[in-house]
Amino acid sequence: MDTFLHSFWQYAYLFAAFATVFAIKWLNHPSTARRGVITGEIGFALAIIGTLLRKPTPSDPSGVVHYTGILIAIVIGAMIGAPMARLMPMTAVPQFTALSHAFGALAAALVGTAEYYYDFPAAPSGFKMVALTIEVLLGFLTFTASLMAFGKLQGLVPSPPITYKGQNFVNLTFLAAGVVFGVWPIVTAAPVWVYPAFVLISLLFGVMFILPIGGGDMPTVIALLNSFAGAAACAMGFALQNRLLIIAGALNAASGFILSVIMCKAMNRSFTNVLFGAFGQVQEKVAGKQAARPVRSATAEDAAMLLVNAQKVIIVPGYGMAVAQAQHKVRELTDQLVKRGVDVQFAIHPVAGRMPGHMNVLLAEADIPYDRLHEMEDINNEFSETDVALVIGANDVVNPAARHDKTSPIYGMPILDVDKARNVMVIKRSMNPGFAGIENELYYDPKTLMLFGDAKSFLSEIVKEVNAQAPVHA
Amino acid sequence: MNLHNPTDVFELGILSVYVFLLAVILGLELVRRVSPLLHTPLMSLTNAISAISVVGGILIAGAADVKTLPKILGLVAVTAATLNIVAGFMITDRMLKMFKREPGKGGKQ
Repeated sequence: MDTFLHSFWQYAYLFAAFATVFAIKWLNHPSTARRGVITGEIGFALAIIGTLLRKPTPSDPSGVVHYTGILIAIVIGAMIGAPMARLMPMTAVPQFTALSHAFGALAAALVGTAEYYYDFPAAPSGFKMVALTIEVLLGFLTFTASLMAFGKLQGLVPSPPITYKGQNFVNLTFLAAGVVFGVWPIVTAAPVWVYPAFVLISLLFGVMFILPIGGGDMPTVIALLNSFAGAAACAMGFALQNRLLIIAGALNAASGFILSVIMCKAMNRSFTNVLFGAFGQVQEKVAGKQAARPVRSATAEDAAMLLVNAQKVIIVPGYGMAVAQAQHKVRELTDQLVKRGVDVQFAIHPVAGRMPGHMNVLLAEADIPYDRLHEMEDINNEFSETDVALVIGANDVVNPAARHDKTSPIYGMPILDVDKARNVMVIKRSMNPGFAGIENELYYDPKTLMLFGDAKSFLSEIVKEVNAQAPVHA
Repeated sequence: MNLHNPTDVFELGILSVYVFLLAVILGLELVRRVSPLLHTPLMSLTNAISAISVVGGILIAGAADVKTLPKILGLVAVTAATLNIVAGFMITDRMLKMFKREPGKGGKQ
């Protein structure tokens, strides 16, 4: 029994590693996903309890002797975290995710710094120091970069790219300086000021890294920051020779990496273009070159008439729906149309919104069953047999220029083929071009009806009109 | 296994690299299979998972001979990581609860 207690942490870590793997595995389908979350929670609880019970031995000095501070820290963390998770409105998911990346990365960076100062002024051995340097660099830069991303998503920092001349050069200089100050203590004993300088540069680099990235590129960036936070935890695993940390960190790093690749592909852009291209800034020159062309605008009455007489409607939501918080009105309209025998489906572009899967969460929050939500590849060939495609607050992801206009900045980006539907309706505040600053030729298509107004109030008017025009006889 | 013996430390390091490579490959394969429907919950779940660094924070802050600066850094790290774990798991669960099937389409939720 004594030996079991003594090595309990080993079993706990082993279980936690498996729990982490299965938590992600079961997330592959909504029917098993919650089981995965519970498994993950049990794994983490065991990992923490195991660590607390871990005692130092002559061959392995790692172990816990002082408890008071740790227990207080855990209680404080839980007391802040729980209300945050409970009270957060679902529309704030992207900001919230950015903020929690900041906390996770900060924790990794602080542990790395603490490890460095543990035996100070003696520096850790070569291998451990390399791992610590990677951990601290990634941790601190992800911390400030995530805070910046949070600021952009929350509207505290201007969302368009902030650029200046020679920006990429300055950023690269910063990164190089960070690497020099990071490598210095690895190679030889460094002066006392080098490590704090390294920390400071890592923090600053995170801020400069996000400045030139626009709000519409946030899906890629958030996924990338997610990956960095995992990589930092993974590096800590190497520094501490802790395989649970290596496995959990590697899974997270791989996950964030795949998501950011998917986001890049969905915009037909490369990593370098997203990170250094300052997209949306450069393109403003392109906008406005086309002379005013006629557009057909319509009222809620016209829209309702088309919708109730349709057999099949596909709704295409975008960031504009999230901004207007129109998802509940979308649900109302869906319910009313379904009651009248209209087939209503949803087409979700991978980069719609500000983070991967953003639209799905909003529509699920509004109680729209997930059977109606379809990925781009699955639904794209259904537009040709659709009576009405209703675009709510989406822009670049439905611009046909991406298919044929080689001069368009979004040329080659996979789009939803809404222009193949018999009728197209676009709810939009004004004719202002979208995030990429590109004119959308869909709006000038003769079969497109523009519905100008706030998405939420316009939708409720349509619902009213639907009820007036086609009362349901129970 | 002696952590002060360079040969043993090297052996441990190599073993860790094996574990790392397998975990990355497993991660790539698993995440590829996650439905895009659940990409947002996936991010909040992996975000909670990255806070496994709480283990490192506890080990530093609770060590027998720890000095004041590393101890404080470790305790702040434990607070931030715990916050992340609790909030990450809870928000994931809150989101997943919202995903429902069409009523009457059969099968469990």
